[in-house]
Amino acid sequence: MHTLYNRALGGKSGTVGLALLCIVLFLVFPLSLDNFRLNMMSKYLSYAFVAVGLVLCWGNGGILSLGQGLFWGFGGYCMAAFLKLEAAHNIAAESGSDQIRALTTVGLPDFMDWNQITSLPYIWYPFKSFPLTIILVFLVPTLLAYIIGTAMFKRRVGGVYFALITQALCWIMEISFVTRQGWTGGINGITDLRTCLGWDIRTKSAQITLYFLTSIFLIACILVGRFILSIKLGRILVAMRDGEDRVRFSGYSVSKLKTFIFCVAAAMSAMGGALFVLNVGFMSPKLVTIEPSIYMVIFCAVGGRNSLIGAVYGAILVSYGKTYFSEMFPNLWYFLMGGVFILVTRFFPDGLAGAVDRFGPMLGKKIFSMIGRAQQNFPAVVPVTIEANEGH
Amino acid sequence: MSAAAELEIKDLTVSFDGFKAVDNFTFSVEHEELRVVIGPNGAGKTTLLDLICGKTRPTGGSIRFKGRELSKMQENSIVRQGVGRKFQTPSIYPKLTVFENLEISFPRGRGIWGSLFFKQTDDVRERINEVARDTYLSDHLHTSAEHLSHGQKQWLEIGMVLIADPKLMLLDEPVAGMSVRERQQTADLLKRICKGRSVVVIEHDMNFVKEIAHKVTVMHQGKMLVEGSMDEVQANEKVREVYLGH
Repeated sequence: MHTLYNRALGGKSGTVGLALLCIVLFLVFPLSLDNFRLNMMSKYLSYAFVAVGLVLCWGNGGILSLGQGLFWGFGGYCMAAFLKLEAAHNIAAESGSDQIRALTTVGLPDFMDWNQITSLPYIWYPFKSFPLTIILVFLVPTLLAYIIGTAMFKRRVGGVYFALITQALCWIMEISFVTRQGWTGGINGITDLRTCLGWDIRTKSAQITLYFLTSIFLIACILVGRFILSIKLGRILVAMRDGEDRVRFSGYSVSKLKTFIFCVAAAMSAMGGALFVLNVGFMSPKLVTIEPSIYMVIFCAVGGRNSLIGAVYGAILVSYGKTYFSEMFPNLWYFLMGGVFILVTRFFPDGLAGAVDRFGPMLGKKIFSMIGRAQQNFPAVVPVTIEANEGH
Repeated sequence: MSAAAELEIKDLTVSFDGFKAVDNFTFSVEHEELRVVIGPNGAGKTTLLDLICGKTRPTGGSIRFKGRELSKMQENSIVRQGVGRKFQTPSIYPKLTVFENLEISFPRGRGIWGSLFFKQTDDVRERINEVARDTYLSDHLHTSAEHLSHGQKQWLEIGMVLIADPKLMLLDEPVAGMSVRERQQTADLLKRICKGRSVVVIEHDMNFVKEIAHKVTVMHQGKMLVEGSMDEVQANEKVREVYLGH
């Protein structure tokens, strides 16, 4: 029990941080935000999964990937494919065999019909089954990460080169998804998703439930991340980041370890992507290309690339800022975002979490002295002595 | 020295774009021998260690350790054959404590499953304490490695190599940047650790070399110039000319 407390929860300070995050996610947001804003928050939180993965592979392992949207996207597309088939199935059930009423080939996703595809492509078959879809949500991105990782890390591709290659892969994904319109819905993506296993995901209550579901899975990811960082693997990650050769010459296979953590980050991203689709009800190639992937890195940098919890706050803050400012200053927004990124990396290399660590104790002291409780230890002694006297 | 040589290098050559950093180099090191390689800058000393531990691939020749050919193996397999390497500039993990630095270097749990399910058992802790004692770091076990002095960082890296109990230790300038007292302590350390293993040291400090070396090899332009006891080497005209005279 004690080791679990230390490992998954990260001891006292880690537990406090996690408890605060839980209060924010499970109480503050649901109570203070209206349904529309809460649904937006679910969207932001689904990006936070990527940021949490990046804390593991970039902040701790030193592997900067600018293409995490790739894995997030595959997770999302897998989920979207399942929901789309269910939607098509429902339309077919409503309209019987009447093709005119259905406005499409019965049982086929609408965009396939528009692209002169007359029967379901084999690649879509597994998405008829929900359990299989859940498996694929994780399996496809993880397998992809494994292939990329093995190919790159075995050849000692690292640093900037790796970042650029991941970015290129992201772009390749976008282009191929846009061009294979009949299979993927093209530039519009997969839209008009309605139910999941018969449960209407567009209703208000469903959106609230999904918000909580997203939060719970996010906390679970943080706990998994905490566990990884607390065991030997966590220390090896930091060691690889700071002295790859030393790790190699201590008998480790650096490429295998890097691939492993890259796969973990990919699986977490995929989970976020799948939850995004459930929350928002569509998936589009514009969400998985280079730009969102860079945003994901910015979330992580702003929140603190060494802090799993910081990454969540980073994702929420930057996404919220993006929504808010891009509504007000559509043209200025990019400069603002770039400026924030430069300032944070220049002055707070450890992001928000680093700033809290640095200034938190000072601030804490100030608050304590302001409310006259600077010497907290003093009053605590008194009751003990009284008790001792009573005993005699 | 009748025992068969532990490390046998034959006609080893490596060329970087035509420049032969190590050129037809042949030498051997006996069991429990402490060999020092000296030579002017650019003589190919560090490259020689790089070749043995697999960091650089040879263009030709062979490196045999305990009868096994190393020159085709992956770095981590070479380490598992019992070859340990300390780099020239201390390469340690600055953000981890001395204890964690040594723990990672402990030769267990080096696969993915190992790193997931590694347990810090008593024998691990005991061994870490033992190595820390040997390398004069017992009082700093929980210090972050970035806060160690330069000399202590050198010791830590020696400790990190030592904890894997290698049968061949390759040490690149272990006393660079150390005070006189630290040099003496390092000399004592090296004399102690060459029991049960062979050690190859690259060093420039002649007093230090004299203190520790069983035999000295002088390299010059990738080739062996002379090999023998410290006195023989110091008396050698060619060596004086290319190296010691400076």
